[in-house]
Amino acid sequence: MAILVVAEHTNAALAAATLNTVAAAQKIGGDIHVLVAGSNAGAAAEAAAKIAGVSKVLVADNAAFANQLPENVAPLVAELGKGYSHILAAATSNGKNILPRVAAQLDVDQISEIVSVESADTFKRPIYAGNAIATVQSSAAVKVITVRGTGFDAAAAEGGSAAIEAVAAGGDAGKSSFVGEELAKSDRPELTAAKIVVSGGRGMQNGDNFKHLYALADKLGAAVGASRAAVDAGFVPNDMQVGQTGKIVAPQLYIAVGISGAIQHLAGMKDSKVIVAINKDEEAPIFQVADYGLVADLFEAVPELEKLV
Amino acid sequence: MKVLVAVKRVVDYNVKVRVKADNSGVDLANVKMSMNPFCEIAVEEAVRLKEKGVASEIVVVTIGPNAAQEQLRTALALGADRSILVETNEELNSLAVAKLLKAVIDKEQPQLVILGKQAIDSDNNQTGQMLGALTGYAQGTFASKVEVAGDKVNVTREIDGGLQTVALALPAIVTTDLRLNEPRYASLPNIMKAKKKPLDVVTPDALGVSTASTVKTLKVEAPAARSAGIKVKSVAELVEKLKNEAKVI
Repeated sequence: MAILVVAEHTNAALAAATLNTVAAAQKIGGDIHVLVAGSNAGAAAEAAAKIAGVSKVLVADNAAFANQLPENVAPLVAELGKGYSHILAAATSNGKNILPRVAAQLDVDQISEIVSVESADTFKRPIYAGNAIATVQSSAAVKVITVRGTGFDAAAAEGGSAAIEAVAAGGDAGKSSFVGEELAKSDRPELTAAKIVVSGGRGMQNGDNFKHLYALADKLGAAVGASRAAVDAGFVPNDMQVGQTGKIVAPQLYIAVGISGAIQHLAGMKDSKVIVAINKDEEAPIFQVADYGLVADLFEAVPELEKLV
Repeated sequence: MKVLVAVKRVVDYNVKVRVKADNSGVDLANVKMSMNPFCEIAVEEAVRLKEKGVASEIVVVTIGPNAAQEQLRTALALGADRSILVETNEELNSLAVAKLLKAVIDKEQPQLVILGKQAIDSDNNQTGQMLGALTGYAQGTFASKVEVAGDKVNVTREIDGGLQTVALALPAIVTTDLRLNEPRYASLPNIMKAKKKPLDVVTPDALGVSTASTVKTLKVEAPAARSAGIKVKSVAELVEKLKNEAKVI
């Protein structure tokens, strides 16, 4: 039994999410091969070869794979994946984009965003935005799975010495092309990958007051999120929304400021390791899930917190 | 051009779901059901394309129980022209849904297929991509902007670090993200008019599609409850606890 892990990378570097995916593969058990499909992705392949527990790295180098277009990458993964018991990828925007296309090509169901491995064919995954946990079993010959990074500790990035093997397969399907990208220039980390998240709610009163949270976040190296109430009120754009219809985060530390703690918001952050709530209403439901609660006016508490950390 | 929109009937996003005592699933008896929020965005985008003169006809399709007709009527009230219910009482996995949609696409031959990025019940985020593989069409997932230009559609996608734009050959599949648009509300006259718009009912058998699955759910449990926390008296105490007790900063 061998497992194929589809690497998440930027050609020049391997993304941290790949390490969590390899950790999930180790829990399943078996030889672990990592596929690096990209263009001039030598550096990413070398990084993959060093991950502890990886026995082989397959490199598919082709200009058509440069931007991870699913129309080009999925046929390659499906073709290579036929010989494996499992195909795994991180549940990142790339993994979610490519893997279901692979599963359908192999005519099997996919299991999305597993948070634990029960056995080689049984996995746990959250449904209803984390309000229920389903245990699912796959009878597919090739099990196609995406892995929620926050569910698994990262595998060691050093210590392995896997062989690197080039594979010549696939090419441009001619259906799609990359036009451009606009990556956020913020020094703050991306919301779903951040170790610390500071979020504001309706209690922030207006968009301008979010500057207090940005200052705190910059000090902590944190990402800034928001509740649906803050987004609906127009304080911040909705890509900052944490919750059932927004982003699901599980950082080490989540600081909820002026957020009451409605069900929809809790669904997006209640798997955080440590939750801090700052709210002046001591009856706010957020205090029921907070590890540390501070009943205080956020306009005094947040600047003070920023000074002290 | 013809646009096909797939919608799903799901538990309303405001409902706090409860796991059944026998762990067989989530209790959906007497719970408010609605159109999946991402599907509302898909319908809205199709209607805007029609208002711009890009789309000539909007066909909305759903797969589910007879009661899912309500969600089709909602889509018709929002501006869809006609609708199709693929009626089944089975709970289908994404692959089976994609196969059924493929059969509908083969019949309808739309130029653009719009779906939500994920349904808020199963949280799979698979159907659009699987449909891409089955039809061989290009896919523009997690779309925050859609522009049809000649025989191509330019889709701006929400990716982890920001935005990415891809050009897709038509026919193509687009799945919607939250930022794409703000769905409108149906007006009372339009709700009345929607009752007269066509609604066809077909079965999976009639479409010649097998809905067999390779994944089964063994049990559904409530997530682990968090242990009760403590209230701190001051910011200084909070920082001290975070540094020394929780060791997270």
